[in-house]
Amino acid sequence: MTTASARRVAREAARRRRARRGTVVAAVSTVVVLGGLALLLVNAPGWDDVRETFFSWDVFRESFPDVLRGFWLDVKLFVVVEVIVLVAALGVALVRVTGAPALFPVRLLATVYTDVLRGVPVILVVYLVGFGIPALGVRGWFADPVVLGGFGLALCYTAYVAEVYRAGLDSVHPSQRSAALAVGLTERQAMRFVIVPQAVRRVVPPLLNDFISLQKDVALVSILGPQEAFRVAQINAASDFNYTPFLAAALLYLAVTVPLARIVDHQQARARRRQGHTVTP
Amino acid sequence: MRRARRLIAALALVAVASVALAACGDDDDTSAASTAATTATACERSDLDLVADDTLTIGTDSPAFPPYFVDDDPTNGEGFESAVAYAIAAGLGFAPDEVTWAVVPFNSSYAPGPKDFDFDINQISITPERAGQVDFSEPYYTTPQAVLVAAGSDYAGATSVAELKDAKIGVQVGTTSLDAVTSVIGPSSEPQVFNDSNDTVRALKNGQVDAIVTDLPTAIYLRDVEIEGSEVVGQFSAPGGDDWGVVLAKDSALTPCVSSAVSALRESGELAAITEQWIGAEAPELDLE
Repeated sequence: MTTASARRVAREAARRRRARRGTVVAAVSTVVVLGGLALLLVNAPGWDDVRETFFSWDVFRESFPDVLRGFWLDVKLFVVVEVIVLVAALGVALVRVTGAPALFPVRLLATVYTDVLRGVPVILVVYLVGFGIPALGVRGWFADPVVLGGFGLALCYTAYVAEVYRAGLDSVHPSQRSAALAVGLTERQAMRFVIVPQAVRRVVPPLLNDFISLQKDVALVSILGPQEAFRVAQINAASDFNYTPFLAAALLYLAVTVPLARIVDHQQARARRRQGHTVTP
Repeated sequence: MRRARRLIAALALVAVASVALAACGDDDDTSAASTAATTATACERSDLDLVADDTLTIGTDSPAFPPYFVDDDPTNGEGFESAVAYAIAAGLGFAPDEVTWAVVPFNSSYAPGPKDFDFDINQISITPERAGQVDFSEPYYTTPQAVLVAAGSDYAGATSVAELKDAKIGVQVGTTSLDAVTSVIGPSSEPQVFNDSNDTVRALKNGQVDAIVTDLPTAIYLRDVEIEGSEVVGQFSAPGGDDWGVVLAKDSALTPCVSSAVSALRESGELAAITEQWIGAEAPELDLE
């Protein structure tokens, strides 16, 4: 007992030493690598120019309020499109997983839709929708560039998110459906109360992932004319011949996407823990 | 392990912050020495420091379109800016066959670092802010802004900028037209800003905007070539005038030479003749009040 305990103490001490050494090595390596990169940057022949054209505090201060006003449009658009996508995508996914023969044409359409809109770059869809629909002679609120841009984004992201939902629905074991039917639920009730809730809970991390992508891609709406953050930055950059406003815009996008990324990490860790519990009894 | 990760994150933050602070540190390098004396003596051809030996490299964007260039070919000497460029080259002592053209997109013409052109001519308006990043020659043209609408539209009969207040206005990004619209017209809805000329034109054709505001030569070109059934409602002068200059690298030794070449062209009347030949058309002045 005493010998085993002594060995254990020694083992733990060794483990601690190793951990301390690891920390020191990591710290030194970080200082060397990042410090080296910083030195390289600062000593580059063009650093003074770059500092003036990309990191000008005066330009940053001057352009930031404008860019922030543009970013507000991004935020509103993002929230509205995200809600539409979450609902529409679930509809598309449900159509694709149900087996009713009468729904075959709808299923076919849904398959073609997801294939095509996942395959075409978002910027192309936004461009084609934004200039194509008004060219048809459509007038009124739907011809508004912000609405059209949001519609284009929703088309693309509904396709992505529908596939995420479908993977979630497919991952629910068939026995869940059998069990639900066995206790007297109808097919529709089984889907609504048993399968969809489990599927949605499983795909929360990838859904948040698509959230982040969407938040960035909102900037693409700028090609249709609205003055959102990226466009405002571009306008300011072109008027002063200084790229710093882009930095201001980048920081604003980061202010939303980095917290979202942390939430995703947290959710994924939670999902792993939960799955760990279900696999090992 | 977790502690180590946190430490690394903290160190990374410190490293980034120190670079950023160094970036914000001293902004006192505003070299006011950019206005070198316009002496022609140092502009002997043999003394010029050029991007490529024995040839003058001139940049412009592609596609190059009328009335500035003809047939998307800057080398033919036809079109307003092509003609001006060759006239400046001649002033510097270069024969037409000693001129090389480089494709320089507008947005990279002002990128820091060495330039791959000796000078760039691309309808670039001179502003004090831009002059902080690049050198400008003496202006070779001063353009008014013009308003282009679909013929027969609600705004086609406008005779003053006040009548354009409620129009949805489209402009191209990176042009001074946006400033002109905001400060002179002051529209009731925010102007729509498009990536390039094509999108701006498309928006007018689609009815997404009621009017396009652009410089006068471009408006004339769009009316005559691009948008059937459009008309130039009128022109108005942009605040402080809109002077175009050729762009050179910041503190380029070539700047005074190009400027004196432009001045010589103006004094000899050749510049006026070139302008008249390629941008002769007229549009009514809009009432500013």
